[in-house]
Amino acid sequence: MRRFSWFNATSLTLGFAFLYLPMVILVIYSFNESRLVTVWAGFSTKWYGELFQNKDFLNAAWVTLKVAFFSSCLATVLGTMAAYVLVRGGRFRGRTLFSGMIYAPLVMPEVITGLSLLLLFIGIGLDRGILTVVLAHTTFAMCYVSVVVSSRLVSFDQSLEEAALDLGCSPFEAFRLVTLPIIAPSVISGWLLAFTLSLDDLVIASFTTGPGATTLPIKVYSAVRLGVSPEINALSTILIALVTVGVITASLISKRAAVAQARDERAALQQ
Amino acid sequence: MAQTIFAPWDDPEEKPLIEFVNVTKRFGDFTAIDNLSQQIYAREFFALLGPSGCGKTTMMRMLAGFETPTEGKILLGGQDIGAIPPNKRSVNMMFQSYALFPHLSIWENIAFGLKREGKDKEFIQARVDEMLRLTRLEAFARRKPHQISGGQRQRVALARSLAKAPKLLLLDEPLGALDKKLREETQFELMDIQESTGTTFVIVTHDQEEAMTVASRVAVMDHGKIIQVATPQNIYEAPNSVYVADFIGDVNLIKGQAKARDIVEGDDTSGGLELHWGEGHAPLVAANGDTALAGKEVVLALRPEKMSISKEHPAAANALKGKVIDIGYLGNISTYHVELDNGTMVKAQIANTRRVSRRQITWEDEVWLSFSATAAIVLEG
Repeated sequence: MRRFSWFNATSLTLGFAFLYLPMVILVIYSFNESRLVTVWAGFSTKWYGELFQNKDFLNAAWVTLKVAFFSSCLATVLGTMAAYVLVRGGRFRGRTLFSGMIYAPLVMPEVITGLSLLLLFIGIGLDRGILTVVLAHTTFAMCYVSVVVSSRLVSFDQSLEEAALDLGCSPFEAFRLVTLPIIAPSVISGWLLAFTLSLDDLVIASFTTGPGATTLPIKVYSAVRLGVSPEINALSTILIALVTVGVITASLISKRAAVAQARDERAALQQ
Repeated sequence: MAQTIFAPWDDPEEKPLIEFVNVTKRFGDFTAIDNLSQQIYAREFFALLGPSGCGKTTMMRMLAGFETPTEGKILLGGQDIGAIPPNKRSVNMMFQSYALFPHLSIWENIAFGLKREGKDKEFIQARVDEMLRLTRLEAFARRKPHQISGGQRQRVALARSLAKAPKLLLLDEPLGALDKKLREETQFELMDIQESTGTTFVIVTHDQEEAMTVASRVAVMDHGKIIQVATPQNIYEAPNSVYVADFIGDVNLIKGQAKARDIVEGDDTSGGLELHWGEGHAPLVAANGDTALAGKEVVLALRPEKMSISKEHPAAANALKGKVIDIGYLGNISTYHVELDNGTMVKAQIANTRRVSRRQITWEDEVWLSFSATAAIVLEG
């Protein structure tokens, strides 16, 4: 019953236009010959060349990647641990308080998170730089990780852990050898989420950053204030391409795994 | 060749492998196990049977070490195991959901416990191969759990829990997920494996047929207490209470007043009790009734298959007149629902030795139900 309907077609077009038109325009203008962003003057890739000559941008990109990598790793470890305790720890004193508090940063305005972290770093006399940005990003990313991981743990058959204990594992071995490998996909997607969040954070980074630790979003934002340059369009296009490739790869991998599993299960049932 | 009957529970010299000593387990206000004492012997196949919530799973989880008793202690080979964590006990468990590790192959699943023990490679290889042979899984060693069928998964779970050669194997509803045919086959497999490995098995089940088939002794539980422990035959033929009689199999329960009968020399159907159960009805005879119950309100428990049905008045110790209300045809047997003239419904099960088309008794027929003087059991009301 797939019939063409004007209503459906219009909704689809409008929806996608709303989502993607700005990005499409950005990508098109990144190939603009002219220095003026709003005037089309023919196709060119010269801004990409200039981008790779720009030391400032390259440095900022490198800082951003470092911050994203370390903060997402740290957030994954802490977030997974928190999720494990919340789901598996049973009823301990303050469990409700703890589970409420771990999710609070999800709804906390970034300005407040950033400001409070800034005050903390000043208070304990920590010099602002890459370390403080990493710590700040870890703080807000770990609650996202713990949400992702705990949703997987809730559906995790606890008898698997009991079986591991029963077969001679210590509780930590049971986690390492059984729980972790099984929840690995959600831990990895938690890590990816944390990485992405860190990559595009502007507000918290600008509160906690210091000399020599300018991240790419801060760099772009300050550059745009002086006027949009086609270089930034080029940079954004590269980022969009990277994200697109990443998302498509991730979904292909998980789809193939699901298809293979379904096929195996069918084969098993037919025996 | 005379075979000695396996009955260590009757031997006062025999030391139990497991001993529950006044064990109580509470979860908050709920008492799951209520001051329970029980002994289980080596090489036994011990079944814990009861409705859900009766505490059978809690008993098993205490043996495995996932729960600790609130009061009392559990001894394994004479040693109090209350404080020993599950990974330090020589007890293994086969889980209801099988709990196979989905990320490991069948081979690795079975080897898992052996690797944790730090056994050397050749030993592990040999032991896993032995387990695969025992459970007929050689062809599937390299597969993952989701690539095999339910029955095969069940065997992997069994092989994995047996691999460490535990003193005690716990089976939590092991056959619950299998269909009827496969379940029956697997019951006999389980018994074979239990015999050939000499391991003590404790099985938890709510399926009475399963418990009767596999177990050397069955414990019927209710509300955290063991009501009766006996061999399957004794549980069925000589239940100690109305609860057990009613829980195991089908039973007709007739209430009445017990009176002692005279003993006649040379007549083994004399003595015992008779049951006065209604005005104008001849008393029912139970020659093996316990005379200690004389004068009390009692319940006569009568298995449906111990009754005969006929159109003429039979020459039996006990006869009941009634009308056929319903006939349940099960192929090999038929169950007749007969209403007695005081309104009591009684079930009689008769083997279908003749073709149904030649059956003489049908709906609405006036019939006589009869049973021998020793067929019924008299229980305290």
